[in-house]
Amino acid sequence: MANDIIIQTEQLTKRFGDFIAVDHISFNVYKGEIFGFLGANGAGKTTAMRMLCGLSLPTSGKATIAGCDVYKQTEHIKRSIGYMSQKFSLYEDLTVKENIRFYAGIYGKSDAFIKDKTARLLKELHLKNEANKLVGSLPLGWKQKLAFSVAIFHEPQIVFLDEPTGGVDPVTRREFWNLIYEASATGITIFVTTHYMDEAEYCNRVSIMVDGRIDALDTPVALKQKFNAASMDEVFLHLARKATRVES
Amino acid sequence: MTNSVLVNKLSKTYGKKKEIKAVTEISFEVSQGELFGIIGPDGAGKTSLFRMLTTLLLPDSGNAFVDGSDIVKDYKAIRNKVGYMPGRFSLYQDLSVEENLDFFATIFNTTIEKNYDLIKDIYVQIEPFKTRKAGKLSGGMKQKLALSCALIHRPVILFLDEPTTGVDAVSRKEFWEMLKRLKQQGITILVSTPYMDEAGLCDRIGLMQQGQLLSVGTPAEITDAFKQTILDIKADNMYKLLNDLNAFGEVENAYSFGEYHHAVMKENYNEQALQQYLEGKGNRQLVIQQTRPTVEDSFMQLMKQ
Repeated sequence: MANDIIIQTEQLTKRFGDFIAVDHISFNVYKGEIFGFLGANGAGKTTAMRMLCGLSLPTSGKATIAGCDVYKQTEHIKRSIGYMSQKFSLYEDLTVKENIRFYAGIYGKSDAFIKDKTARLLKELHLKNEANKLVGSLPLGWKQKLAFSVAIFHEPQIVFLDEPTGGVDPVTRREFWNLIYEASATGITIFVTTHYMDEAEYCNRVSIMVDGRIDALDTPVALKQKFNAASMDEVFLHLARKATRVES
Repeated sequence: MTNSVLVNKLSKTYGKKKEIKAVTEISFEVSQGELFGIIGPDGAGKTSLFRMLTTLLLPDSGNAFVDGSDIVKDYKAIRNKVGYMPGRFSLYQDLSVEENLDFFATIFNTTIEKNYDLIKDIYVQIEPFKTRKAGKLSGGMKQKLALSCALIHRPVILFLDEPTTGVDAVSRKEFWEMLKRLKQQGITILVSTPYMDEAGLCDRIGLMQQGQLLSVGTPAEITDAFKQTILDIKADNMYKLLNDLNAFGEVENAYSFGEYHHAVMKENYNEQALQQYLEGKGNRQLVIQQTRPTVEDSFMQLMKQ
Protein backbone atom coordinates (compact mmCIF):
# COMPACT_ATOMS: atom_id res chain seq x y z
CA MET A 1 0.00 0.00 0.00
CA ALA A 2 2.87 2.33 0.83
CA ASN A 3 3.87 2.36 -2.82
CA ASP A 4 0.53 3.34 -4.32
CA ILE A 5 1.14 6.75 -5.82
CA ILE A 6 -1.85 9.05 -5.38
CA ILE A 7 -0.31 12.37 -6.46
CA GLN A 8 2.31 12.47 -9.17
CA THR A 9 3.76 15.62 -10.70
CA GLU A 10 6.43 15.94 -13.35
CA GLN A 11 8.01 19.31 -14.16
CA LEU A 12 4.74 20.99 -13.17
CA THR A 13 4.94 24.71 -13.91
CA LYS A 14 2.72 27.77 -13.66
CA ARG A 15 3.63 31.12 -15.14
CA PHE A 16 1.81 34.41 -14.76
CA GLY A 17 3.31 36.51 -17.56
CA ASP A 18 7.06 36.66 -16.89
CA PHE A 19 6.63 35.43 -13.35
CA ILE A 20 7.21 31.71 -12.73
CA ALA A 21 5.07 31.04 -9.66
CA VAL A 22 5.69 27.28 -9.71
CA ASP A 23 8.93 26.23 -11.36
CA HIS A 24 9.15 22.66 -12.71
CA ILE A 25 8.23 20.73 -9.57
CA SER A 26 8.34 16.92 -9.61
CA PHE A 27 7.26 14.78 -6.69
CA ASN A 28 5.08 11.84 -5.63
CA VAL A 29 2.73 11.45 -2.70
CA TYR A 30 1.71 7.96 -1.57
CA LYS A 31 -1.69 6.70 -0.51
CA GLY A 32 -2.42 7.20 3.18
CA GLU A 33 0.58 9.46 3.64
CA ILE A 34 0.56 12.67 5.71
CA PHE A 35 2.42 15.01 3.40
CA GLY A 36 3.54 18.41 4.70
CA PHE A 37 3.79 21.11 2.04
CA LEU A 38 5.87 23.93 3.48
CA GLY A 39 7.27 27.18 2.16
CA ALA A 40 7.57 30.85 3.02
CA ASN A 41 4.81 33.29 2.04
CA GLY A 42 5.07 33.82 -1.70
CA ALA A 43 7.04 30.61 -2.37
CA GLY A 44 4.28 29.26 -4.62
CA LYS A 45 2.42 26.87 -2.30
CA THR A 46 -1.06 28.18 -2.99
CA THR A 47 -0.56 28.23 -6.75
CA ALA A 48 0.73 24.65 -6.67
CA MET A 49 -2.18 23.51 -4.50
CA ARG A 50 -4.70 25.14 -6.82
CA MET A 51 -3.30 23.17 -9.74
CA LEU A 52 -3.40 19.92 -7.77
CA CYS A 53 -7.04 20.57 -6.84
CA GLY A 54 -8.02 21.11 -10.47
CA LEU A 55 -8.77 24.80 -9.89
CA SER A 56 -6.00 26.23 -12.06
CA LEU A 57 -4.52 24.86 -15.30
CA PRO A 58 -0.74 24.36 -15.37
CA THR A 59 1.34 26.19 -17.98
CA SER A 60 3.39 23.07 -18.60
CA GLY A 61 4.36 19.75 -17.07
CA LYS A 62 2.25 16.79 -15.99
CA ALA A 63 0.28 15.82 -12.93
CA THR A 64 -2.18 13.11 -11.99
CA ILE A 65 -4.31 13.30 -8.86
CA ALA A 66 -5.99 10.09 -7.74
CA GLY A 67 -5.43 8.80 -11.27
CA CYS A 68 -6.98 11.88 -12.93
CA ASP A 69 -5.18 14.22 -15.29
CA VAL A 70 -4.97 17.86 -14.13
CA TYR A 71 -5.61 19.18 -17.64
CA LYS A 72 -8.49 17.01 -18.79
CA GLN A 73 -10.19 15.57 -15.73
CA THR A 74 -10.56 18.50 -13.35
CA GLU A 75 -14.18 17.62 -12.50
CA HIS A 76 -13.14 14.09 -11.56
CA ILE A 77 -10.40 15.50 -9.38
CA LYS A 78 -12.81 17.73 -7.49
CA ARG A 79 -14.98 14.73 -6.71
CA SER A 80 -12.02 12.67 -5.48
CA ILE A 81 -10.64 15.24 -3.08
CA GLY A 82 -11.66 17.20 -0.02
CA TYR A 83 -10.45 20.73 0.73
CA MET A 84 -10.32 22.84 3.85
CA SER A 85 -8.86 26.32 4.24
CA GLN A 86 -8.30 28.40 7.34
CA LYS A 87 -10.41 31.30 6.15
CA PHE A 88 -13.45 29.89 4.43
CA SER A 89 -14.60 26.49 5.44
CA LEU A 90 -18.16 26.44 6.73
CA TYR A 91 -21.22 28.68 6.52
CA GLU A 92 -21.46 30.55 9.82
CA ASP A 93 -25.18 31.24 9.39
CA LEU A 94 -26.08 27.60 8.85
CA THR A 95 -26.31 25.10 11.71
CA VAL A 96 -23.84 22.27 12.21
CA LYS A 97 -26.30 19.80 10.69
CA GLU A 98 -27.18 22.06 7.78
CA ASN A 99 -23.51 22.52 6.89
CA ILE A 100 -22.96 18.77 6.81
CA ARG A 101 -26.14 18.26 4.77
CA PHE A 102 -25.12 21.02 2.34
CA TYR A 103 -21.60 19.77 1.63
CA ALA A 104 -22.59 16.11 1.45
CA GLY A 105 -25.40 17.12 -0.92
CA ILE A 106 -22.95 18.91 -3.22
CA TYR A 107 -20.97 15.70 -3.48
CA GLY A 108 -24.16 13.82 -4.40
CA LYS A 109 -24.35 11.62 -1.32
CA SER A 110 -27.67 9.84 -0.64
CA ASP A 111 -30.01 10.89 2.18
CA ALA A 112 -29.51 7.55 3.91
CA PHE A 113 -25.72 7.90 3.77
CA ILE A 114 -25.87 11.46 5.08
CA LYS A 115 -28.26 10.63 7.91
CA ASP A 116 -26.30 7.64 9.11
CA LYS A 117 -22.88 9.28 8.86
CA THR A 118 -24.03 12.57 10.42
CA ALA A 119 -25.18 10.75 13.54
CA ARG A 120 -21.85 8.95 13.86
CA LEU A 121 -19.86 12.12 13.22
CA LEU A 122 -21.74 14.23 15.78
CA LYS A 123 -21.13 11.54 18.36
CA GLU A 124 -17.41 11.27 17.59
CA LEU A 125 -16.92 15.02 17.75
CA HIS A 126 -19.07 15.35 20.90
CA LEU A 127 -21.26 17.82 19.03
CA LYS A 128 -24.64 16.11 19.55
CA ASN A 129 -25.96 18.98 21.66
CA GLU A 130 -24.71 21.54 19.15
CA ALA A 131 -26.22 19.87 16.07
CA ASN A 132 -28.84 22.58 15.65
CA LYS A 133 -26.69 25.52 16.66
CA LEU A 134 -25.30 28.00 14.16
CA VAL A 135 -21.70 27.26 13.25
CA GLY A 136 -20.90 30.93 13.87
CA SER A 137 -21.60 30.45 17.57
CA LEU A 138 -19.02 27.65 18.01
CA PRO A 139 -15.48 28.26 19.33
CA LEU A 140 -12.81 28.37 16.61
CA GLY A 141 -11.28 25.03 17.58
CA TRP A 142 -14.61 23.21 17.22
CA LYS A 143 -15.25 24.90 13.90
CA GLN A 144 -11.93 23.70 12.56
CA LYS A 145 -12.51 20.13 13.73
CA LEU A 146 -15.97 20.19 12.21
CA ALA A 147 -14.64 21.70 8.98
CA PHE A 148 -12.12 18.89 8.67
CA SER A 149 -14.79 16.25 9.24
CA VAL A 150 -16.98 17.91 6.63
CA ALA A 151 -14.06 18.00 4.17
CA ILE A 152 -13.68 14.21 4.41
CA PHE A 153 -17.41 13.43 4.82
CA HIS A 154 -17.76 12.27 1.19
CA GLU A 155 -14.84 9.87 1.75
CA PRO A 156 -12.37 11.44 -0.67
CA GLN A 157 -9.06 9.81 -1.55
CA ILE A 158 -7.09 12.94 -0.71
CA VAL A 159 -7.79 15.90 1.53
CA PHE A 160 -5.99 19.23 1.08
CA LEU A 161 -5.63 21.29 4.26
CA ASP A 162 -4.45 24.87 3.90
CA GLU A 163 -3.19 26.12 7.28
CA PRO A 164 -5.95 24.35 9.20
CA THR A 165 -4.68 25.18 12.69
CA GLY A 166 -3.80 28.89 12.51
CA GLY A 167 -4.70 30.65 15.77
CA VAL A 168 -6.10 27.49 17.37
CA ASP A 169 -5.24 26.83 21.04
CA PRO A 170 -2.54 24.24 21.77
CA VAL A 171 -4.90 21.58 23.13
CA THR A 172 -7.36 21.82 20.23
CA ARG A 173 -4.47 21.92 17.76
CA ARG A 174 -3.42 18.50 18.99
CA GLU A 175 -6.97 17.16 18.92
CA PHE A 176 -7.08 18.34 15.33
CA TRP A 177 -3.94 16.37 14.53
CA ASN A 178 -5.47 13.27 16.12
CA LEU A 179 -8.29 13.58 13.57
CA ILE A 180 -5.63 13.77 10.85
CA TYR A 181 -3.92 10.63 12.11
CA GLU A 182 -7.24 8.79 12.25
CA ALA A 183 -8.15 9.81 8.71
CA SER A 184 -4.71 8.80 7.50
CA ALA A 185 -5.11 5.38 9.17
CA THR A 186 -8.27 4.78 7.11
CA GLY A 187 -6.26 5.34 3.93
CA ILE A 188 -7.08 9.00 3.20
CA THR A 189 -4.03 10.89 1.98
CA ILE A 190 -3.41 14.16 3.82
CA PHE A 191 -1.78 17.09 2.03
CA VAL A 192 -1.25 19.87 4.57
CA THR A 193 0.36 23.31 4.80
CA THR A 194 1.24 24.94 8.13
CA HIS A 195 3.29 27.72 9.70
CA TYR A 196 3.74 25.69 12.90
CA MET A 197 7.05 23.91 12.52
CA ASP A 198 6.28 21.39 15.27
CA GLU A 199 3.46 20.19 13.04
CA ALA A 200 5.97 19.55 10.25
CA GLU A 201 7.39 16.87 12.55
CA TYR A 202 4.01 15.07 12.56
CA CYS A 203 4.12 14.50 8.80
CA ASN A 204 5.43 11.32 7.19
CA ARG A 205 7.26 13.41 4.62
CA VAL A 206 7.73 17.11 4.13
CA SER A 207 8.54 19.22 1.09
CA ILE A 208 9.89 22.77 1.34
CA MET A 209 9.25 25.21 -1.48
CA VAL A 210 11.61 28.11 -2.13
CA ASP A 211 11.09 30.55 -5.02
CA GLY A 212 8.69 28.22 -6.82
CA ARG A 213 10.92 25.17 -6.62
CA ILE A 214 10.90 22.21 -4.25
CA ASP A 215 14.29 22.56 -2.55
CA ALA A 216 13.93 19.66 -0.14
CA LEU A 217 11.68 16.64 0.22
CA ASP A 218 12.12 13.84 2.72
CA THR A 219 11.07 12.52 6.12
CA PRO A 220 11.55 15.03 8.97
CA VAL A 221 14.27 12.80 10.44
CA ALA A 222 16.22 12.65 7.17
CA LEU A 223 15.86 16.40 6.57
CA LYS A 224 17.21 17.21 10.02
CA GLN A 225 20.14 14.88 9.41
CA LYS A 226 20.84 16.31 5.98
CA PHE A 227 20.90 19.91 7.20
CA ASN A 228 22.50 19.05 10.53
CA ALA A 229 19.57 20.73 12.31
CA ALA A 230 18.00 20.08 15.71
CA SER A 231 14.46 20.83 14.57
CA MET A 232 12.34 21.32 11.47
CA ASP A 233 12.25 25.01 12.38
CA GLU A 234 16.00 25.20 11.73
CA VAL A 235 15.69 23.25 8.48
CA PHE A 236 12.98 25.63 7.31
CA LEU A 237 14.89 28.78 8.23
CA HIS A 238 18.03 27.45 6.57
CA LEU A 239 16.22 26.87 3.26
CA ALA A 240 13.73 29.73 3.27
CA ARG A 241 16.41 32.33 3.98
CA LYS A 242 18.01 31.43 0.65
CA ALA A 243 14.98 32.79 -1.18
CA THR A 244 15.94 35.49 -3.65
CA ARG A 245 12.49 36.17 -5.03
CA VAL A 246 11.37 39.70 -4.19
CA GLU A 247 7.93 39.58 -2.64
CA SER A 248 5.51 41.16 -5.05
CA MET B 1 10.86 51.31 37.15
CA THR B 2 7.55 53.04 36.75
CA ASN B 3 4.34 51.58 35.45
CA SER B 4 3.64 52.16 31.83
CA VAL B 5 0.39 50.23 31.81
CA LEU B 6 -1.71 49.42 34.86
CA VAL B 7 -4.80 47.27 34.41
CA ASN B 8 -7.18 46.67 37.30
CA LYS B 9 -10.06 44.15 37.09
CA LEU B 10 -10.90 45.20 33.57
CA SER B 11 -13.99 43.50 32.05
CA LYS B 12 -15.82 43.64 28.74
CA THR B 13 -18.94 41.84 27.61
CA TYR B 14 -20.89 41.87 24.37
CA GLY B 15 -24.50 41.10 23.50
CA LYS B 16 -27.85 42.46 24.64
CA LYS B 17 -27.78 40.47 27.85
CA LYS B 18 -24.02 40.82 28.24
CA GLU B 19 -23.90 37.09 27.65
CA ILE B 20 -20.60 37.07 25.77
CA LYS B 21 -17.74 37.56 28.20
CA ALA B 22 -14.78 38.77 26.16
CA VAL B 23 -12.56 39.96 29.01
CA THR B 24 -13.18 39.06 32.66
CA GLU B 25 -11.56 40.95 35.54
CA ILE B 26 -8.09 41.14 34.10
CA SER B 27 -5.31 42.77 36.15
CA PHE B 28 -1.64 43.22 35.27
CA GLU B 29 1.10 45.82 35.07
CA VAL B 30 3.67 46.58 32.43
CA SER B 31 6.84 48.47 33.34
CA GLN B 32 8.38 51.22 31.28
CA GLY B 33 10.56 49.89 28.49
CA GLU B 34 9.24 46.36 28.86
CA LEU B 35 8.36 44.02 26.00
CA PHE B 36 5.19 42.38 27.28
CA GLY B 37 3.42 39.56 25.42
CA ILE B 38 -0.23 38.53 25.68
CA ILE B 39 -0.20 34.92 24.54
CA GLY B 40 -3.42 33.14 23.69
CA PRO B 41 -5.47 31.50 20.93
CA ASP B 42 -8.09 33.17 18.75
CA GLY B 43 -11.11 34.15 20.81
CA ALA B 44 -9.14 34.53 24.07
CA GLY B 45 -10.01 38.24 24.29
CA LYS B 46 -6.66 39.71 23.24
CA THR B 47 -8.13 42.16 20.73
CA SER B 48 -10.87 43.38 23.11
CA LEU B 49 -8.21 44.02 25.74
CA PHE B 50 -6.00 45.96 23.31
CA ARG B 51 -8.92 47.99 22.01
CA MET B 52 -9.86 49.03 25.56
CA LEU B 53 -6.29 50.04 26.36
CA THR B 54 -6.05 52.07 23.16
CA THR B 55 -9.39 53.80 24.03
CA LEU B 56 -11.27 52.36 21.05
CA LEU B 57 -13.66 50.41 23.26
CA LEU B 58 -15.20 51.23 26.64
CA PRO B 59 -14.85 48.67 29.43
CA ASP B 60 -17.93 47.42 31.34
CA SER B 61 -16.09 47.61 34.64
CA GLY B 62 -12.66 47.95 36.15
CA ASN B 63 -10.13 50.58 35.18
CA ALA B 64 -6.79 50.97 33.50
CA PHE B 65 -4.07 53.58 33.12
CA VAL B 66 -1.80 53.97 30.14
CA ASP B 67 1.27 56.12 30.79
CA GLY B 68 -0.57 57.55 33.78
CA SER B 69 -3.74 58.47 31.88
CA ASP B 70 -7.16 56.93 32.59
CA ILE B 71 -8.42 54.99 29.54
CA VAL B 72 -11.95 56.42 29.94
CA LYS B 73 -11.46 60.00 31.17
CA ASP B 74 -8.16 60.83 29.49
CA TYR B 75 -8.73 59.07 26.20
CA LYS B 76 -7.56 62.04 24.15
CA ALA B 77 -4.20 62.17 25.94
CA ILE B 78 -3.71 58.44 25.40
CA ARG B 79 -4.41 58.66 21.69
CA ASN B 80 -1.52 61.08 21.32
CA LYS B 81 1.01 58.92 23.05
CA VAL B 82 0.27 55.35 21.97
CA GLY B 83 0.84 53.62 18.67
CA TYR B 84 -1.57 50.86 17.68
CA MET B 85 -1.19 48.26 14.97
CA PRO B 86 -4.46 46.35 14.63
CA GLY B 87 -4.56 42.68 13.66
CA ARG B 88 -6.26 43.40 10.38
CA PHE B 89 -4.38 45.56 7.88
CA SER B 90 -6.00 48.97 8.35
CA LEU B 91 -4.01 51.36 6.20
CA TYR B 92 -5.40 53.06 3.12
CA GLN B 93 -5.04 50.51 0.32
CA ASP B 94 -5.44 53.15 -2.39
CA LEU B 95 -2.74 55.45 -1.03
CA SER B 96 0.91 54.80 -1.75
CA VAL B 97 3.40 53.67 0.88
CA GLU B 98 4.74 57.18 1.31
CA GLU B 99 1.26 58.80 1.28
CA ASN B 100 0.11 56.52 4.09
CA LEU B 101 3.11 57.37 6.21
CA ASP B 102 2.76 61.07 5.48
CA PHE B 103 -0.95 60.93 6.34
CA PHE B 104 -0.33 59.40 9.77
CA ALA B 105 2.50 61.87 10.48
CA THR B 106 0.25 64.79 9.54
CA ILE B 107 -2.73 63.82 11.71
CA PHE B 108 -0.37 63.67 14.66
CA ASN B 109 0.99 67.10 13.75
CA THR B 110 4.46 65.93 12.89
CA THR B 111 6.51 65.05 9.81
CA ILE B 112 8.27 61.98 8.48
CA GLU B 113 11.61 63.85 8.60
CA LYS B 114 11.24 64.71 12.27
CA ASN B 115 10.92 61.10 13.44
CA TYR B 116 12.68 59.32 10.61
CA ASP B 117 15.42 58.00 12.92
CA LEU B 118 12.86 55.91 14.78
CA ILE B 119 11.45 54.13 11.75
CA LYS B 120 14.54 54.18 9.54
CA ASP B 121 15.54 50.62 10.35
CA ILE B 122 12.13 49.29 9.24
CA TYR B 123 11.20 51.81 6.58
CA VAL B 124 14.35 51.46 4.48
CA GLN B 125 13.23 47.93 3.63
CA ILE B 126 10.06 49.22 1.94
CA GLU B 127 11.35 52.60 0.77
CA PRO B 128 12.24 51.24 -2.71
CA PHE B 129 8.48 50.66 -3.15
CA LYS B 130 7.34 53.99 -1.71
CA THR B 131 5.24 54.92 -4.76
CA ARG B 132 3.40 51.58 -4.75
CA LYS B 133 -0.19 51.48 -3.49
CA ALA B 134 -0.40 49.90 -0.03
CA GLY B 135 -3.01 47.43 -1.30
CA LYS B 136 -0.47 46.02 -3.76
CA LEU B 137 2.16 45.18 -1.15
CA SER B 138 3.00 41.64 -0.01
CA GLY B 139 2.07 40.56 3.53
CA GLY B 140 5.55 41.13 4.90
CA MET B 141 5.79 44.63 3.42
CA LYS B 142 2.30 45.62 4.62
CA GLN B 143 3.36 44.63 8.09
CA LYS B 144 6.48 46.83 7.91
CA LEU B 145 4.45 49.78 6.63
CA ALA B 146 1.82 49.35 9.35
CA LEU B 147 4.55 49.30 11.99
CA SER B 148 6.16 52.43 10.50
CA CYS B 149 2.78 54.23 10.56
CA ALA B 150 2.19 53.19 14.18
CA LEU B 151 5.58 54.66 15.13
CA ILE B 152 5.73 57.87 13.11
CA HIS B 153 4.42 60.09 15.95
CA ARG B 154 7.02 58.66 18.34
CA PRO B 155 4.63 56.95 20.79
CA VAL B 156 5.77 56.04 24.30
CA ILE B 157 3.82 52.78 24.20
CA LEU B 158 3.24 50.55 21.21
CA PHE B 159 0.32 48.09 20.99
CA LEU B 160 0.74 45.37 18.37
CA ASP B 161 -2.23 43.04 17.93
CA GLU B 162 -1.12 39.72 16.44
CA PRO B 163 1.52 41.20 14.13
CA THR B 164 2.85 37.75 13.17
CA THR B 165 -0.37 35.81 12.54
CA GLY B 166 -0.34 34.05 9.17
CA VAL B 167 3.25 35.13 8.61
CA ASP B 168 5.88 32.51 7.75
CA ALA B 169 8.66 31.51 10.14
CA VAL B 170 11.33 33.64 8.44
CA SER B 171 9.30 36.87 8.46
CA ARG B 172 8.23 36.17 12.05
CA LYS B 173 11.86 36.00 13.11
CA GLU B 174 12.67 39.24 11.31
CA PHE B 175 9.71 40.97 12.93
CA TRP B 176 10.83 40.02 16.43
CA GLU B 177 14.31 41.31 15.66
CA MET B 178 12.74 44.65 14.73
CA LEU B 179 10.84 44.70 18.05
CA LYS B 180 14.02 44.05 19.99
CA ARG B 181 15.68 47.05 18.36
CA LEU B 182 12.64 49.25 19.10
CA LYS B 183 12.76 48.18 22.71
CA GLN B 184 16.35 49.39 22.91
CA GLN B 185 15.04 52.85 22.03
CA GLY B 186 13.04 52.78 25.25
CA ILE B 187 9.56 52.20 23.83
CA THR B 188 7.23 50.04 25.92
CA ILE B 189 5.75 47.33 23.72
CA LEU B 190 2.61 45.24 24.28
CA VAL B 191 2.28 42.51 21.70
CA SER B 192 -0.27 39.74 21.35
CA THR B 193 0.29 36.43 19.60
CA PRO B 194 -1.24 32.97 19.28
CA TYR B 195 2.24 31.45 18.77
CA MET B 196 3.46 29.96 22.04
CA ASP B 197 7.05 29.78 20.79
CA GLU B 198 7.18 33.59 20.64
CA ALA B 199 6.68 33.81 24.42
CA GLY B 200 10.38 33.33 25.04
CA LEU B 201 11.16 36.53 23.11
CA CYS B 202 9.23 38.71 25.60
CA ASP B 203 10.47 40.10 28.92
CA ARG B 204 7.23 39.06 30.60
CA ILE B 205 4.09 37.40 29.34
CA GLY B 206 0.44 36.95 30.27
CA LEU B 207 -1.21 33.71 29.20
CA MET B 208 -4.78 34.42 28.14
CA GLN B 209 -7.68 32.05 27.55
CA GLN B 210 -11.44 32.64 27.46
CA GLY B 211 -11.16 36.22 28.65
CA GLN B 212 -8.97 35.48 31.63
CA LEU B 213 -5.30 35.70 32.43
CA LEU B 214 -4.15 32.24 33.46
CA SER B 215 -0.72 33.41 34.58
CA VAL B 216 1.61 36.42 34.39
CA GLY B 217 5.39 36.42 34.74
CA THR B 218 8.69 36.03 32.96
CA PRO B 219 8.76 32.99 30.66
CA ALA B 220 11.15 31.33 33.14
CA GLU B 221 8.84 32.01 36.10
CA ILE B 222 5.93 30.48 34.24
CA THR B 223 7.76 27.33 33.22
CA ASP B 224 9.37 27.00 36.68
CA ALA B 225 5.88 26.81 38.16
CA PHE B 226 5.40 23.58 36.23
CA LYS B 227 6.44 21.11 38.91
CA GLN B 228 5.82 17.72 37.39
CA THR B 229 8.32 15.77 35.34
CA ILE B 230 7.92 15.82 31.59
CA LEU B 231 9.42 13.05 29.50
CA ASP B 232 10.31 13.29 25.83
CA ILE B 233 9.31 9.98 24.27
CA LYS B 234 9.48 8.73 20.72
CA ALA B 235 9.09 5.38 18.98
CA ASP B 236 8.60 3.93 15.51
CA ASN B 237 4.83 4.50 15.46
CA MET B 238 4.06 7.83 17.10
CA TYR B 239 0.26 7.57 16.89
CA LYS B 240 0.22 4.18 18.59
CA LEU B 241 2.72 5.43 21.17
CA LEU B 242 0.46 8.34 22.07
CA ASN B 243 -2.53 6.07 22.67
CA ASP B 244 -0.40 3.69 24.75
CA LEU B 245 0.96 6.56 26.85
CA ASN B 246 -2.47 7.97 27.60
CA ALA B 247 -3.63 4.50 28.70
CA PHE B 248 -0.81 4.16 31.25
CA GLY B 249 -1.70 4.84 34.91
CA GLU B 250 1.42 6.82 35.81
CA VAL B 251 0.99 9.20 32.87
CA GLU B 252 -1.18 12.15 33.77
CA ASN B 253 -1.30 13.56 30.27
CA ALA B 254 0.50 12.85 27.00
CA TYR B 255 0.45 14.90 23.82
CA SER B 256 2.49 15.34 20.69
CA PHE B 257 5.29 17.87 20.81
CA GLY B 258 7.27 18.13 17.60
CA GLU B 259 9.61 15.20 17.13
CA TYR B 260 8.69 13.69 20.52
CA HIS B 261 5.58 13.18 22.60
CA HIS B 262 5.52 14.91 25.95
CA ALA B 263 4.35 12.73 28.81
CA VAL B 264 3.47 14.61 32.00
CA MET B 265 4.17 12.10 34.76
CA LYS B 266 2.39 11.61 38.07
CA GLU B 267 4.47 11.80 41.23
CA ASN B 268 6.57 8.73 42.10
CA TYR B 269 6.40 7.32 38.61
CA ASN B 270 8.82 4.59 37.69
CA GLU B 271 10.70 5.09 34.45
CA GLN B 272 11.67 1.45 34.14
CA ALA B 273 8.08 0.33 34.51
CA LEU B 274 7.06 2.80 31.82
CA GLN B 275 9.73 1.51 29.46
CA GLN B 276 8.74 -2.12 30.08
CA TYR B 277 5.08 -1.30 29.54
CA LEU B 278 5.76 0.51 26.25
CA GLU B 279 8.06 -2.24 24.98
CA GLY B 280 5.46 -4.83 25.97
CA LYS B 281 2.93 -2.95 23.85
CA GLY B 282 5.19 -3.40 20.85
CA ASN B 283 6.73 0.09 20.61
CA ARG B 284 10.14 -0.13 18.95
CA GLN B 285 13.12 2.24 18.71
CA LEU B 286 11.95 3.69 21.99
CA VAL B 287 13.68 6.84 23.28
CA ILE B 288 12.76 8.19 26.73
CA GLN B 289 14.46 11.23 28.24
CA GLN B 290 13.66 14.00 30.68
CA THR B 291 12.93 17.42 29.26
CA ARG B 292 12.15 20.89 30.54
CA PRO B 293 8.63 22.30 30.29
CA THR B 294 8.01 25.02 27.72
CA VAL B 295 5.47 27.84 27.85
CA GLU B 296 3.21 25.70 25.67
CA ASP B 297 3.29 22.89 28.28
CA SER B 298 2.43 25.41 30.99
CA PHE B 299 -0.38 26.85 28.90
CA MET B 300 -1.96 23.45 28.34
CA GLN B 301 -1.74 22.58 32.02
CA LEU B 302 -3.29 25.90 33.03
CA MET B 303 -6.08 25.42 30.47
CA LYS B 304 -7.06 22.17 32.18
CA GLN B 305 -7.34 23.70 35.63
